Formats: sequence, C-alpha cells, structure tokens
Amino acid sequence: MAKKMLEVRQLTTKYITRQREDVYSVDHVSLDIEEGKSLGIAGESGCGKSTLALSLMGYYFPPLHYTSGDIIIDGKNISGLDPDVVRKTVLGSEIAYIPQAAMNALNPTRKIGRFIEDVIRAHELPMDKKQIREMAEQRFALLGLPVDVLDKYSVELSGGMRQRVVIAVSTILNPKVLIADEPSSALDVSSQKMVIKMMKDMMAQGLVKSMIFITHELPLLYNVTDDIMVMYAGQIVERGSAKEMVFDPIHPYSRGLMNSILVPEEGTRDVKLTAIPGTPPNLKHPPSGCRFAERCRYATAACRFNPAAIIDFDIGRQYRCNMSVEKLREVYESEERNS
Amino acid sequence: MKNETHNQTDTRESVTFGTDRNKDFSKEPLCLSGKDVTRIFQNGKTVTTAVDHVSFEFHKGELVSIVGESGSGKTTLSKMLLGLLEPTSGQIFYRGEPRDISTGAKKRRYWEGIQAIFQDPFSSFNVFHKIDDVLLDCINMRGMRNLSKDEKFAMMSDACSFVNLKFAELTNKYPFELSGGQMQRLMIARIFLLKPEILLADEPTSMIDACSRATILDMLLNLRNETGMTVIFITHDIGLAYYISDSIYIMEHGKFVEKGRAEEVILQPKASYTKRLISDVPKIHEPWDLSTVG
Amino acid sequence: MKSTLRNILHSPRFMVGFVIFMTMVLTVLIYPYFVPRNPLLSLGKGFLPPGTYFSVYDANNAPTFRVELPEADTNRLQNDLPQSDRKLMLDFLKAKGVDTSGLSSGNDKIADLLEAWKANYDEADVKSSKYEGFTTQAKRRALAKLDKKLNDFLSNASMKVIRGEGEDLQEKNVSGTEYTRVDQLANSVSLPLGTDNFGRDTLTELVQATGVSLLIGLIAGTVATLLGLIVGLLAGYVGGLVDDILMFVANIFTVIPGFVLLILIYYSVGQEARGIITCAMVIGLTSWVWTARSVRSQVISLRNRDHVNLSKLSGHSLFRIVTTDILPYIASYVVMAFILQVSSGILAEAQLSLLGLGPKTTEVPTLGLMMNWAKLFGAYTSSNAWWAYFPVILVIALTSFSLNLMNTGLDQVFNPTLRE
Repeated sequence: MAKKMLEVRQLTTKYITRQREDVYSVDHVSLDIEEGKSLGIAGESGCGKSTLALSLMGYYFPPLHYTSGDIIIDGKNISGLDPDVVRKTVLGSEIAYIPQAAMNALNPTRKIGRFIEDVIRAHELPMDKKQIREMAEQRFALLGLPVDVLDKYSVELSGGMRQRVVIAVSTILNPKVLIADEPSSALDVSSQKMVIKMMKDMMAQGLVKSMIFITHELPLLYNVTDDIMVMYAGQIVERGSAKEMVFDPIHPYSRGLMNSILVPEEGTRDVKLTAIPGTPPNLKHPPSGCRFAERCRYATAACRFNPAAIIDFDIGRQYRCNMSVEKLREVYESEERNS
Repeated sequence: MKNETHNQTDTRESVTFGTDRNKDFSKEPLCLSGKDVTRIFQNGKTVTTAVDHVSFEFHKGELVSIVGESGSGKTTLSKMLLGLLEPTSGQIFYRGEPRDISTGAKKRRYWEGIQAIFQDPFSSFNVFHKIDDVLLDCINMRGMRNLSKDEKFAMMSDACSFVNLKFAELTNKYPFELSGGQMQRLMIARIFLLKPEILLADEPTSMIDACSRATILDMLLNLRNETGMTVIFITHDIGLAYYISDSIYIMEHGKFVEKGRAEEVILQPKASYTKRLISDVPKIHEPWDLSTVG
Repeated sequence: MKSTLRNILHSPRFMVGFVIFMTMVLTVLIYPYFVPRNPLLSLGKGFLPPGTYFSVYDANNAPTFRVELPEADTNRLQNDLPQSDRKLMLDFLKAKGVDTSGLSSGNDKIADLLEAWKANYDEADVKSSKYEGFTTQAKRRALAKLDKKLNDFLSNASMKVIRGEGEDLQEKNVSGTEYTRVDQLANSVSLPLGTDNFGRDTLTELVQATGVSLLIGLIAGTVATLLGLIVGLLAGYVGGLVDDILMFVANIFTVIPGFVLLILIYYSVGQEARGIITCAMVIGLTSWVWTARSVRSQVISLRNRDHVNLSKLSGHSLFRIVTTDILPYIASYVVMAFILQVSSGILAEAQLSLLGLGPKTTEVPTLGLMMNWAKLFGAYTSSNAWWAYFPVILVIALTSFSLNLMNTGLDQVFNPTLRE
C-alpha cells in the first residue's frame, strides 16, 4: 500500500460571525490521500468545500477558527501549530494553496521573478539572487512556461498564463500537497485545458506528491482526479473513485449532482435532468437529523431526527445515509424502470 | 396600441409547440434576423470590432444558442438584439421587416416584444422593490392595470407556481432575500407574466449551482413549449447549449464560424474552431485529450 | 429601509454628531423666546467682560438692608487697599523693628497685616521716635493718612455717596454693612459672554449668528447638492454630448480654485447687494462640481447594471428609471455629500466674512462677521477680549465637527467594508 501523503482526522473548523455565532462549515471531516493520487471535492456553493481547503492549510485567520481534529502531512501533524511556524515551515513547502481567482492575486507593480524570490525569502532558504533565478528558469522550462515571463508584469499576461504562473510560483518548493480551489473556473475552456495539463504534468513529474482539486464542474473533476468526494452542509456525504462516483453514485445528493452533468456528447439531449429542490440548510442552526433530509425525496420521518453517519461500504467508498446501499440501489432501479 | 399587442399575445398563447426536441423550425416565420450586423467600438485611436458582419435568422418558437468564449462579442450582439445598442452597420430585421428603434416611442414599441434574463440575478432586481411590485409591474405593463385585485393576485400566483415558487411565501419579501436560483426563477416568472415574443437569456445559469441550473433550464424549455416564444440563449457552455437548444451559432472574434441544428453542430462540427471548442471541454464518455493543448 | 434606519440610530458616531447638531439648532430656535432682544442692539461701549451688570443709579436708590458679614471688611480691604499702601505698612513695621516674617502684602495675609498695624502704630510715637525712613514730615503725614483711611474702612458708618446733580445734591452715608437685594434692582443686564466692540451682547449675537450661518450652510448645501445631483445624473445617464458639455463646464470649475472664484464674485456683487441668501447661493453655485463628478461616476456604473437594462426593456420612461432605479441607489451617498456640503458652506462663509467679503453687516450677524469684527477692532490683540472671538471659533468647530461625525457615522452604516 502506498504511503499516505495527507491524512485528516475529524477536522472541525468554524466561522465566528459578527454576531458571535458559530458556523461549523467543516464538520468532522476525515479523508486521506495516497502519494501520487488526487482527490476532487464537489458540492454546491456554500457546502463548505472552499472552507475545507482553507482549513487544510493549518493556517487560520479570523473569522475562521480551528476547533478540533488532526491534519497529518506525510506523518507530521500540523494542526494546532503556531501560525508563524505554519507559515514558515508548512505553507509552500509542505502544502500549497491556490485560492479562487488566484490570478488576480499578483501584485501588478512587480515582475513575476520577484514573487519567486519572495517565496524563497519567506522560507529563509540560503540562496542568492542568481541561484533563485536559475531555479526559477529551470522550473518554468520544465513546466513548459516561457522563461521571459519571469521579467514581465502580471498585467502583460493573459488570464490562463497568469493562473499557470501562480501555480508554478506556489509550487516552487515542491510541496507534498497541492490544494487548488476552482483554479480554472474563471478561464475559457482552452486556457482551462492548459492549466489542467500543467497540473497533471506536475503530478506526473513528482513536483507535487498529491493534489486536492475543488470545483463544482463535475466533468472536469471526472477527468482530473482519481477520487471524488461530495460535500454537503459541511460534511462528506460520499466518496469513491471518479468513475464510481459519476456512473454509480449512491447518495441521493451526489446522484442529483451527477444527473445535472451536461457535456457536448451524444445522448446529452435525451438526459432527463433531475433537480434537487430547496436550498442547503443554514449552518448557524444545522438540522438535528440528516442534513439532507429536508431536500431528499426518499427521506422518511425518521431521517429528520436521526443524523446519518458516514459508512465505509466498499473499498475506498464511503457514504452518509440512513438507508442501506442495497435499499437505495433498489429504489433507483425501480425508478428507472418506471420512467 | 396597448390593446393591439394584448390581442397578439392572446393568439400566441394558443399556439402549442409540444415537446418534440427535433422539430425543424426553418419553416416557421422569421422572428428576428440580421444581415451583416457590425458593431465597432472606438476609444481614442484603438478601434475594436466587437461584432463583425454577422447574419442570423431566428425563427418563431425556436430556441437558439449563441456560444462563444469571453471576448467573442456575444454580449455586444445580445445588447444589439435587445436594442440597447445600435449596430454600426448592417440591419436587424424584426418579423421580417427592418427594425426601427430610432426614437424613444419606437424603442418602447420594440421592447414590448422582447425581454431578457441576465447573468447576475443579484444585480437584475432593483433592491428597493418588493417581489409583489416586480410582478405587479409586469401585469400593469401588459395593459391590464384595470384588472381587479383578485385577478391580479391569481395571475401572480400562477406565474410563481409555473416556476415552482409559492407566491404566498414571497409577498412582502425583497428579491435579495432569495437564493440565486430562486431569483432567477422569479425572473422566469416575470417573463411568464409578460409573455414577450422574444426572450433573450444571457448566461442565466452561469452563476448558479448545478442542481438549480437543471431546474432553470427545464423551466426555460417549458416556457418556450407553452408560449411558443423565441428564446435566444447566450452561453459559453457548449454542453449546456447542446442540451437546451434547437439551433446553435458558434461565435469567435465577432464572427459566426458555424451555425446549424444543434445535433449537426455538436456531433458533426465543420469549423476548426468548433472542433477545438468541443474537444477542449472535458467529457464523461469520451476521453479528454490533453495532448492537443495549443 | 427600516433596518438601515435602525443601523443609523445605533451608530454611536452619527448619534453623537446628531445630538450636538440638534442641540445647536434647538438653542438657536428657542433662545429668542427667552432673550427677545435685538442681537445687534448696542448695550455698552467697547468690549465689556462677561458678567452681570446693574444700573448704578438703581443700586443707590434701592432699599437697604443691614447684613452682618464677618468677612465683609477683609473682602473690602482686599479689593480697595492698594499694594502701595500695603507696602508702606510693611515698611513702617520693619522700621519699627516688628517681626514681619509672618506678614506679606498678599490678600490672604491682609487681616494679620492690619492687626499688626493696629498694635504698633501710634501717631505720637511716630512723631517723637523718628523711625528710620520716616524722618521727614511728608512721610509721617502719609502714615497718618493711611491710618485714617484704615480706620474709615473699619468703622461702620463712614461712606459718603453723593447723588443727584446741581441744586439737588444730596449726601448719603452708607455703612459697610448696608446691602441691597439684587431682584429689587430694576435695570440689570446679564452678559455671560460680555459684549463685542460695539457693546452688543455677544451671546445673543452668537446665537443668532449660528442660526444665520446654519441657514447659509443649508441653502448653500441644498443648492450645491441639487445642482450636482442634476448635472451628475444627466451627464452620467444620458451620456454622449450632454455628458461632454456638462463635464466641460465642471472641468472649468475644477480648474479655477473655488475660493478665488468666490472672492471675485463676492467682490463684484458689492457689499450692499450681499444678503445672506445671495451669499449662500454664490457658495452653493461654486461648490457643486465634486458632487456632480462623483454622482456621475456612480450613475455610469449603475447605468450598465442589469436592473436598469430590464427597466428600459420594460418601457419605463427616462424620468422613472432615474427616480426609481438609480436615485435610490445613490441616495445614501447624496445624503452624505449634502452633510459635507452644509459643513463646507458654513466654513466658506466664515472664511469670506473674515476677509471682509461677507454679507451686509447691518442686518444680521453671521459667525464669519463676528470673527471679522473681532479682528477689525483688535479683540485678539489690544483688548484681549477673548469672549468676542473664542466662543465663535468654538461654535464653528463644533458645527463642522458634528456634521462630519454624522457623515462618517452614515458612511459606516452604508459602506459595509467600514463596519467594525
């Protein structure tokens, strides 16, 4: 069995609102990623997937606060470390995070090369300017980025190039885990493809050991990551390999998500889209029972009171529902027969 | 004038289009068409041709998608179709006759037949107006100001139930108290009340979650099937366009590079740009070829 | 709407500013009912220090009462015994060889000094002993005179008051314990802030001046805001040639320093024609530019918003779109701009009047005019009459402070990024 690169045990983090209310947007999340593997996280906006990405860094700033749980990167527990220590020894070197719209994070008054110097300086590595430059050039060439970009300002680059530069800069120290939060959703499909190709290349060359990829675009996730995890209301509701998740989703919510996929392929026009009515619950006052019960078409009265637990039901597959897998499959089959 | 349009709307309502996904619309009368429509923006010395000699034919009751990446000129074209922007050259035809929106009165006359749903539901509503006012305004605009309160209430409830919303729960609320998907549905309810001849939907689902997206797409399809209005759907998502539309126009750098029935454009693309666009989109059943990155 | 109002009322900054401002407005409104005097009436000559003034005539004619006040003599001595006399007393005592270490010419020691004098001074003794420094006849006479004066002070029936004129000269002896009741004095005037150079009651004048200045600020602010709003809305919403023309005018106003323009206009209008309304209008007409520019830029960004496009498609008229789809969005901004315009209108009037370019001086006072008078008649320098200018400065500062406080309070409510 391959080495576990990232192991998260019962991680819980919360937002404290201005009204001093606690919002647990990451609620007892456990996951692990093996070396060389990638995990996709899907879900509606507000389901906690971006908060999970932020929380995995181990670097918290208000209004986000750490509550409990462990984050273990390659055997080293980083949860509960001092923020300064995390910033110097974990961020960038152990774990790299690319936020949404990262391409707009580049200071327009600095050349790209300077950002790489900044990363090296922040980690207090013994390198002089020339060495940094050499390293940067090597890395850019390796990733297929033009080297002259290092002497350009961010405004001179296209959106797709900027995004690739951000990813290249933030992984310059070969982090073990790369967390990318919607890295391509603001881009055109052709630029998106280039960004994805670069990220896949980085994985293949071992520049990053494992990757967490967050997006709401399921076809993209299916093509990029090995595993897919679906989140709902701060909790994991299902996990499995990409193929299993797309073609054989068990949880009613993931099933709804997978049914909304629209791709330019034969058969798309005949798809009967299933809509999930309603909106996710307000996490200030989460429901006491199963969090999805309110919107679930199969929910029984008991579901509203009994919280569903996460269950391993196959190798690498988990789901969170009060109904058994067999029962759910039965329901889905009879539905398909009737339609 | 008000009465005249009212009668027209009524005759239109009687047309039923059914749910045939492969109906041929080319025999339907022309609703909106254009010949060599061009729009040039000039800012100092830089001249940008946003829309470059495009010609199009949208038939009555057809659901047409205009697909393009950012910067392709689809937003400029949509503004010209809506009459918010005049073409620099070329002519847009409305019901087969040259469209004349040179004066305010003529513009208003044209706008009685066309409505829009925009990308961002949060900026589509006036935050100072309650939902009741938004819907009531639509009834008044259709020249039914004199209806009794009960009749108006029934119409508004009807429109809301068409989009799966409960009017009783919405009264005295403001649009921003709803979720993005609900707001966009309220927009459709508005169109349902107005029953315009043409609906222009400019990326109505791009800011909405996948689950709510399905609802909205189906509602747009239902709206078209029930009222027979021409729907112009503007999007960057080619899979979505394929699902919803009867015909597709692919736009690149201000030009239509390919147009035709949805099945033909997507499954047998001819233009190299269309081919690239389709191959760049990640798919489920076909492999996504990353080696062709340009 | 309701919640916005509640947020405004919960903003401490806004409320502090609002309370200060409303207190001033209420004072301006209510004060005339308590002091119905013409603020420009001359009560005296020159700067009178703050205090309560009684008619001397009435003071003498008032019925008298005997009041025994133990400290009265000492107090009177403190007031009336000059330092030169006290020094003379000390010198004599020293010359006589009395221990003067515990004595001084200070007010607190005056009782001890008097006691020592009484114990040691004897006219016959002085004549015979010829103490050092008091050998000449003149010096000895001075000592005798001083002794008599002190005796007069201490005796109870010794003061002569002469009343009347010419034939009707009357003499009246007033004892040191004779008093009169204040409320029986017919003519009294209370001047908490004294009088200005023309002898006018500064407080009454100040209250009216505050009112007038607020009015000027209000008119100037209204004119500037309305003009700026209309120009900004037209330029921003209509665009095109209208925008170009309006912004050309606005740019001209921006390039010429507003204050110089004000001075020139004021000077050419001439003092006689400058009423307060004229003054306010001129201030308003020169300060609309910034409001217009910022309203324009906000309108331009609103103009392309989807709800405005939808409103257009719904066939609404330009007037309706502007009033229902654009104005409400910039209303909070306009209110804040208005508050600042009022504040700067008040300051502009004060600046101009200080330079002598204020409204006509004969009708009403303004804060600026009061400063101007204080400057012209040397209240800052020769007269050291702080009461003629310091309260005015305080009121100007307080007005502008309260208005700015209200503005930042509102800003915090309307701009979520500034909320704590």
